[in-house]
Amino acid sequence: MHRTAVRKVVFEGVLDANDALAQANREKFDRAGTYVINLMSSPGAGKTALLERTLERLRGRLRLGVLEGDVQTTLDADRLSRFHVPLVQVNTDPGFGGECHLDANMVRSGLSELPLDGMDVLVIENVGNLVCPAEFRVGEDARVMVYSITEGEEKPLKYPLMFRSADLVVVNKMDLLEHLDFDLEQFLAHLDAVNPGVERILASARTGRGVDEWCSWLQRRVAPS
Amino acid sequence: MHELAIAESVVRIASTHAGVRRVTRVYLKVGHLRQVVPSALAFSFELVAQGTPVEDAELEIEEIPATGKCRACGAESRLESFPLQCRDCGGFDLELIAGEELYVESLEMEAHPTKAGS
Repeated sequence: MHRTAVRKVVFEGVLDANDALAQANREKFDRAGTYVINLMSSPGAGKTALLERTLERLRGRLRLGVLEGDVQTTLDADRLSRFHVPLVQVNTDPGFGGECHLDANMVRSGLSELPLDGMDVLVIENVGNLVCPAEFRVGEDARVMVYSITEGEEKPLKYPLMFRSADLVVVNKMDLLEHLDFDLEQFLAHLDAVNPGVERILASARTGRGVDEWCSWLQRRVAPS
Repeated sequence: MHELAIAESVVRIASTHAGVRRVTRVYLKVGHLRQVVPSALAFSFELVAQGTPVEDAELEIEEIPATGKCRACGAESRLESFPLQCRDCGGFDLELIAGEELYVESLEMEAHPTKAGS
């Protein structure tokens, strides 16, 4: 049989389906009056450590909740359980060997176990990965990136996607500066090259440096004066 | 590897539009700033398309260069690297007008539905 081909114009965004779900999440957050942070970084940059310091400082002042995303294990959720805040763990493993990021649908599934009513801030701790999470909106109000100085100065240029989409960069592990050949000025110049003037906080979740500044940033965002 | 998730989405979009017909080619536009690795995307696509109307279809990836329009002088520049800078006046205040695309532009399909076993 003679086969002929036809061409059909589609013009459909690859992320449209995700973005629609993200928008639905966002409406749910807005209805509940919950401000949502999408916390992103490479593995091991210090997202969970920063969250521990944050919960220590802001518990009792802000009603916080956490959605933990990991490929496997509940280790991070276990670390945070001592704070007795609403907490849900989403493992991405049922995907193809474990998705490397949270998408809007995974966050939606986690929300069924989180009471949003009365929650001022929900922190979504994304899967540790310097590329993929930046591509998927989940319904967040702001994107906060944790970057550790052990990762070197050049990463903003090599992996611009996440740096470009960040509203705030927390530069973590500053207590190690004297032990490393890390050129802070050069890193900040690279950061400004990809995301000019982006807010940044020099911090150490270990020593507590910058944590007050970060908590103030968060409080200003939640309740603008 | 966000290429796998992107491939899943591309296959889903193509399958939905194809209905009962077999897709032979998928035309995808990818902006340079999307940080998509074409070989990883092609590999993922082949894998994910198995058992769908998109199986064995060719994935045609067209990469779109990043282009900025200068807010100071109005010139358009192709942007090869960061910082994004106007090639005409050297200004850094640019509006990005291309380079962030990520969409299925069109599909090539068989004109008639494939009969089972044919």
